[in-house]
Amino acid sequence: MSRENILNLVLALALLAVPYIAQAAGQPFTITLATRIAILALAATGLNIALGLGGLVSFGHAAFFGVGGYVAGILSSHAFSGDPMLFGLPGSKQMLVVWLVAMGTAGLLGLAIGVISLRTSGVYFIMITLAFAQMVYYFAMSWPAYGGEDGLSIVVRNQFPGVNTMRPMNFFMICYGVLLVGIVLSALIRSSRFGAALQAVRQNDVRVAAVGISPMPIRLTAFVLSAMLTAVAGALYADLNRFVSPSMLSWHMSGELIVLIILGGTGRLMGPVAGAALYVIFEHLLGGLTERWQFFLGLILLATVLFARGGLIGLIAGKVRHG
Amino acid sequence: MTFALAIEQLLNGVQLGVMLFLMAAGLTLIFGVMGLINLAHGSLYMVGAFACATVAAFTGSFWLGLVASLAASAAAGALIEITVIRRLYARDHLDQVLATFALILIFSEGMRWLFGSFPLYLDIPPLLEGAVALPGGGQYPLYRLAIILAGALVALGLYGLISRTRLGMRIRAGESDREMIAALGVDIRTLYTLVFALGAALAGFAGGMVGALQSVQVGMGEPVLILAFVVIVIGGIGSIKGALIGALLVGVVDTMGRLLLPQVLSLMVPPAQAGLIGGALASMLIYILMAVILAVKPRGLFPAQA
Repeated sequence: MSRENILNLVLALALLAVPYIAQAAGQPFTITLATRIAILALAATGLNIALGLGGLVSFGHAAFFGVGGYVAGILSSHAFSGDPMLFGLPGSKQMLVVWLVAMGTAGLLGLAIGVISLRTSGVYFIMITLAFAQMVYYFAMSWPAYGGEDGLSIVVRNQFPGVNTMRPMNFFMICYGVLLVGIVLSALIRSSRFGAALQAVRQNDVRVAAVGISPMPIRLTAFVLSAMLTAVAGALYADLNRFVSPSMLSWHMSGELIVLIILGGTGRLMGPVAGAALYVIFEHLLGGLTERWQFFLGLILLATVLFARGGLIGLIAGKVRHG
Repeated sequence: MTFALAIEQLLNGVQLGVMLFLMAAGLTLIFGVMGLINLAHGSLYMVGAFACATVAAFTGSFWLGLVASLAASAAAGALIEITVIRRLYARDHLDQVLATFALILIFSEGMRWLFGSFPLYLDIPPLLEGAVALPGGGQYPLYRLAIILAGALVALGLYGLISRTRLGMRIRAGESDREMIAALGVDIRTLYTLVFALGAALAGFAGGMVGALQSVQVGMGEPVLILAFVVIVIGGIGSIKGALIGALLVGVVDTMGRLLLPQVLSLMVPPAQAGLIGGALASMLIYILMAVILAVKPRGLFPAQA
């Protein structure tokens, strides 16, 4: 087993162990932190399909994260009030339904954004994805039906068959399970024919086109898959906080998702998990010490980008063997 | 809707466009010459606004404040160029985005540390108080007209600087072939610092002027930054002309959209709903405009030579 694989295993087990220890030690808040790590890691795993594998630097993934959150919020508010939604469909309080709807909605949104944005590349792509996310953000701000600027509360956390989701430990296990599924999916994608094509497109799209594979559909598929996975994380995040607001859609969120990947290590399978863990721990520890924790987060991030480009996993496990 | 209101809103749109141009010109210049995407440009705008408000409050003179905003933002720009940005020119865009995102966090928290969370206020200078009569019977604030004029002068000055001076020649040479001009003996590092400081000063100038129209607070630069991105994407990254036209287009479309869309919709649906849908649509309008322009011309209206 390579050093990276050992590290991956350790990370996965540690994330699982922490809440159990916290439970035993009577520190339920730590379970919430671990849940946050799992959810943010899932969101970044989604983004990593586009960014890490496809080299598509999307600065607008908050749109998908937020849409996932709003799907959870809107479905549950309709289920609570009993009012039908669009086309007379009822709301739902079942997580499984919410996730499917979140994936569908984000997939469609990703398709629309992707079709336009992927016509461009480089800086244009970064700025356009950012601008589309802002568009969704301003829409959520100015559309008062679901809370507008004030956001939308979820009165009772959505349900999962056979599990009491209001217990922190149970909810953590759901999030952890979904995270594992997300990571396995992303590993499968990476090693599939599609994944090989996607990585080839990242390295040299002209050559890929020359051997008869059109880059656009591959990039678009990756972008849509990435949006769908991030949306599931958004739905879980809304359930965790039992609250959705436009801040989930803000460009700071998009930036944070990229930061998670970089802190962990770009192009690593478990990079997002390592990054999310680092980020949440920083936030918690620094936030406990000083109100100005974002100042220090900025310094740490700057140092990572300038001097430690492999992120945490790169520091421990050495360089990536393949480009 | 009266004619006077329409003129007033059109002028507001132009004024917004001028502010956006000052931001976008710096961004596009920095991208064109150094190939760098600078998210922290909005922070320089904020630095300018804070410098103007602080110095104006201390000395009682808006004009000294404006000078301070230029000086402070140019200095902040030169400082981050020398310490951080310089290391990023050879990196890919992802690293640039992240490092400048980190700079935003540092600047925002740093300003909050220095000035506290309460917004500062800046008065319009006595010389520019009052309003001008518009054709059609309306009144328009003199200060906003002065901003439009100042922006036009800066645009002209920038044009002159880039097309008529030695520095401008070097900037253009840097855009087309940076190795070559370094080989010809131009100190490229100093040139880059100068260009970055110039872009920063333009952003700071915009921040200083806008400080008298809105409250000066942490985070004020970010909405403007994103609009400026939309502007340079529409105009074509690297093109100053594109930045000017894109800025005016975005300013006018945004302002007029907010005025007209609810009214147009009210012809079709009940007024209450029209206001709602119109408002939501208007806030998305410039992004829709951008999407349409990019669908037709993926490299913007005036693509700079690659």
